[in-house]
Amino acid sequence: MPMPDQNLTDDTMSSRREPVRSPEPVPLKLHVPEPAVRPGGKPDFSNIRIPRAGQVDRPNVDVDAEAIRDLAFSVIRVLNRDGEAVGPWAGALSESELLEGLRHMMTLRAFDARMQMAQRQGKTSFYMQHMGEEAVSCAFRKALLPGDMNFPTYRQAGLLIAGGYSLVEMACQIYSNTHDPLKGRQLPVMYSSREHGFFSISGNLATQYIQAVGWAMASAIKNDTKIAVAWIGDGATAESDFHAALVFASTYRAPVVLNIVNNQWAISTFQGIARGGSGTFAARGLGFGIPSLRVDGNDYLAVHAVAKWACERARRNLGPTLIEHVTYRVGAHSTSDDPAGYRPKTESDAWPLGDPVIRLKNHLIVRGAWSEERHKQTEAEILDTVISAQKEAESYGTLHSEQRPTARDMFEGVFAEMPPHLRRQRQEAGV
Amino acid sequence: MPRRTMIEAIRDAMDVMMSRDDDVVVFGEDVGYFGGVFRATQGLQAKYGTSRCFDTPISELGIVGIAVGMAAYGLKPCVEIQFADYMYPAYDQIVSEAARLRYRSNGQFTCPLVVRMPTGGGIFGGQTHSQSPEALFTHVCGIKTVVPSNPRDAKGLLISAIEDPDPVIFLEPKRLYNGPFDGHHDRPVTPWSKHDLGEVEDGHFAIPLGSAAIRRQGQAVTILAYGTMVHVAQTAAAEADIDAEIIDLRTLLPLDLDTIETSVKKTGRCVIVHEATLTSGFGAELCALVQTRCFYHLEAPIVRVAGWDTPYPHAQEWDYFPGPARIGRALIETLEA
Repeated sequence: MPMPDQNLTDDTMSSRREPVRSPEPVPLKLHVPEPAVRPGGKPDFSNIRIPRAGQVDRPNVDVDAEAIRDLAFSVIRVLNRDGEAVGPWAGALSESELLEGLRHMMTLRAFDARMQMAQRQGKTSFYMQHMGEEAVSCAFRKALLPGDMNFPTYRQAGLLIAGGYSLVEMACQIYSNTHDPLKGRQLPVMYSSREHGFFSISGNLATQYIQAVGWAMASAIKNDTKIAVAWIGDGATAESDFHAALVFASTYRAPVVLNIVNNQWAISTFQGIARGGSGTFAARGLGFGIPSLRVDGNDYLAVHAVAKWACERARRNLGPTLIEHVTYRVGAHSTSDDPAGYRPKTESDAWPLGDPVIRLKNHLIVRGAWSEERHKQTEAEILDTVISAQKEAESYGTLHSEQRPTARDMFEGVFAEMPPHLRRQRQEAGV
Repeated sequence: MPRRTMIEAIRDAMDVMMSRDDDVVVFGEDVGYFGGVFRATQGLQAKYGTSRCFDTPISELGIVGIAVGMAAYGLKPCVEIQFADYMYPAYDQIVSEAARLRYRSNGQFTCPLVVRMPTGGGIFGGQTHSQSPEALFTHVCGIKTVVPSNPRDAKGLLISAIEDPDPVIFLEPKRLYNGPFDGHHDRPVTPWSKHDLGEVEDGHFAIPLGSAAIRRQGQAVTILAYGTMVHVAQTAAAEADIDAEIIDLRTLLPLDLDTIETSVKKTGRCVIVHEATLTSGFGAELCALVQTRCFYHLEAPIVRVAGWDTPYPHAQEWDYFPGPARIGRALIETLEA
């Protein structure tokens, strides 16, 4: 048998020893990670270690990344099973703020339901809903200030709703109608609103992550006070853009919050394919010296508290923070896939972190600030608001109606000034 | 008027723009303290500070990616990719992001960004330091592509590129950095100090993007060229004693089609020259445009002279390079057709 520890001796010693013989060749095997269960199996989340709410410390914002390595492997939680807000991360939000947060999440859920249906009715080509992930973007948005800029992916519309963006404009974008603020150029839900701190969604994955770092660097170069917030899903962390973003954010200590929304599924691919041998996605940040935390993404209070902590770090010039939001995508990836083909149908019921809307609702009831009755009433009110926004948007057209951006619009805005070749092409098109 | 090398002219353009506009920032690999491997940014960090001129990690995707974010914020980044051959990791950020940001956001976000890249061969750089990827940019809608052929143009065009509200790819033929190259690698290099186009105005001056320059007036045949090949074509025409009209395109997109059309209608013949590989090269686009615009004025088939469709070789560099002899033969072939 070879003695592997012979290799560990120093050079002067090893030169006097017998040459090390190679071990017997072993046939190599490719490792391809598999999820715990597939369709037909019993949902199993026993691999996700979830500490009790209130258990994780809240360090000072100027803490050294090295000192909080454990936060990259734990889960920060505020709401416990009894609906109480507990521990050092609790207490940042007033009752009225919490009620507002509940409203935002309920609005997003109602809007999603209506738009999903509209897609099925042929009023648009495509839709992506947030079911189960509403807390992540809705709560995070409340930690931001005017002028801050999000670089989102396609499942953070809560940033817009909680930021006061108009539901009518959202629906017009989805319908690509005459009032579409993006003139029919973008796939549904690829919103853009500079005014609301929401960078144009690419539709390519991960490209925005490094751009957020650049935007944050620009703010620092100009001695501005605004910060940037990057968003990415678990699957897209495998893209080079993600890794480049961590390098640049680390090197230049950019005032940016780097969010990973781990909703367990990248279309049909479970998160283990992107994560590989790393314990968690948050742990990716440790090698870069970036403070990295995991948070219960279905806990509105926890998401908000962690967002605030990270934003404060950025604002105080302490550099980037990486946050992994542990959540679950209850619905399909988009209107183009059926999850029954790749995961057990009842998996979402087994998800151990519950439903973000119900958890916040229960918390408010426990506090005496809410009731089942008021919740039902509010649900009905919100549905009315969403339906009237939808109706208004539909009065400006839907995808296949006559009311849509013109062919002439198609040629505009490629450049600030239309170059001659494009002018000629527009003439040729006769528009 | 002061004479400058092309590197000095490019550096001067960035210097002028950095001093006029605080939003102009310059960065890339080895660009900061050292001043770039070709010294194009020498002295800029000392003059403008580390927050406006700095070194980056070796990540072309990162360099262009942060530049897109900075441009969206409102800065005007002018970044360097050390060799055009290294730009491929950044290609997605250029094609899918920089080029389309204005369009997809309906003007809410724009991308006034310049990506400078030393380009082309003739320096024994082998396949990873010699490529001419211009056609990979001209094929993309939403970006402009510029290739200067001399110090004066390099400064004037780079200033226009930095002032442009949209992304501009600025390809610098590295063989021209120190002097015009006549295509004869075995002859001594003429320095820019002995060339008229080495005379470069001080201070701010801009050459608009989208205007070609006629380097030689002629009646017999029109040669369309850009970058290094402008000078090689001039040598070829002189050595073959052909009264060629040589058009230096300067900007490939937007293209000055009017100047091309006027010339080809006058001469009735057209030879297109580029260093990049032939198939699907920018010459194919030029060829299509010329035949559409000038078909009834053409007296001979349009001929393209380009790099062979092989990777850029090392030892065989001068077998690959479309030198004066090949261009001369093409000119004669066109005239005899």
